[in-house]
Amino acid sequence: MNVADVIKIVDGTLLNPTANTNRMVRGGCGADLMSDVLASIQPEAVLLTGLCNPQVVRTAQMADVALIVLVRGKIPQPETIRLAESEEIALITTPYGMFELCGRLYQAGLPSLERSVVDPSED
Amino acid sequence: MEPKTPNPSLNLSDEAIGNISRSEELAYELRVEEVMTPAAHVVQSTMIMQQVLDLFRTARISGAPVLDGKKLIGIISIEDLIRCLIEQDCQAPISKYMTPSVMTIKRTDPVVEALKLFVSTKVGRFPVVDEEGNLEGILTKGDVTRGLLKALQRDYQVEEIRRYRASHLFEDIVSDRTSLILRYNIVAGDFTHGGAASSAIKRALLRLGANPQIARRTGIAVYEAEMNLIIHTTNGGVIRVEIEPHQISIEIYDDGPGISDVDLAVKPGYSTAPEAIRELGFGAGMGLYNISRCVDTMKLESVYGKGTRLRLRILLKDNETVGEGHSNSKGDSRP
Repeated sequence: MNVADVIKIVDGTLLNPTANTNRMVRGGCGADLMSDVLASIQPEAVLLTGLCNPQVVRTAQMADVALIVLVRGKIPQPETIRLAESEEIALITTPYGMFELCGRLYQAGLPSLERSVVDPSED
Repeated sequence: MEPKTPNPSLNLSDEAIGNISRSEELAYELRVEEVMTPAAHVVQSTMIMQQVLDLFRTARISGAPVLDGKKLIGIISIEDLIRCLIEQDCQAPISKYMTPSVMTIKRTDPVVEALKLFVSTKVGRFPVVDEEGNLEGILTKGDVTRGLLKALQRDYQVEEIRRYRASHLFEDIVSDRTSLILRYNIVAGDFTHGGAASSAIKRALLRLGANPQIARRTGIAVYEAEMNLIIHTTNGGVIRVEIEPHQISIEIYDDGPGISDVDLAVKPGYSTAPEAIRELGFGAGMGLYNISRCVDTMKLESVYGKGTRLRLRILLKDNETVGEGHSNSKGDSRP
């Protein structure tokens, strides 16, 4: 599945149309806490989040996120869109809620790319 | 006939502007002179038709611009030559059979103007002239396509070249211990730029040829630390990254306020961040714990009232050293 497929499934609007929509998406992660995202997400995931500030894009960039989906119809501040443009990470907004979106994407075949943030085997 | 120059400031809707691709953008940026071919074969109007016949035959061409000195005055084509041959008039001057007043395009016009002309006239090639009407070259649709492709490749290559150069940085430098040091000053409370330093560090590592997983681990660790400086410090702090082929050593330090209980601070879930920070998606008490999971060694020293110093180290295996020509590929950032 690529970014364009995800946009279709979530009825999303691409906020930075210069982003590469052919990029592969291997799974998903939904979270509003950026530290949780950084701790748990694996590369090439779609990040579903209700957070709209530029830190979402920075987090996505650090964690090799394939695209960001802003849930519940949120429109981010212009700085967020600008950063997504310069970092070339697709930023999408959709009217659906987090629960609905996770369900849609999971049903479409995307696995979870979230692992436990407290993994005793790694300590 | 002079080519008309349509108004370059087209009325585009915001949506249409959003949909402009890089190649369309390039069509506006590139000038005709950057993509045209120099005219290889030209004839002077005073030459006779026999010379045109000889030129077309030896050069295997089907048309040529006609000049009066350097000024373009017409074009002579194979059809014109056939008319002349039927008349058996090979000693006539070219000016008798040429097609005068050809459509031209100016060398300084953007490529997009040429594209419009190709579409509106269905003509396959245009002579390119300067402000005085002197011939500068020839433009075909193929020239435009080649020019755009080259420009796109150039865009792409800039990053490739940077990456290549940096990825061999350490190879030619002889010393007992070579390292590259990057320093970033982080301003307290500057959430807008939060992560800019980490972003620059991650990009630098990728250019140096770091394996994507190493760049990712470093990026995440430094990002958490950078956010800590922004959220918690009194006067901001410094991130210092020392890159050596076999290890990345990172120091993040500030001059206060310091951590009162270091053991508690590294516990997952422990946080002193105010509610406003939590609304930004941080302050869940996972930062230092996250950092420790990304690095090979972590040492946290803090004196309450004085400041904090966090030392991190990421070790690189022989096949993943940086700056020694190990290549990575940006797309492949799998774990």
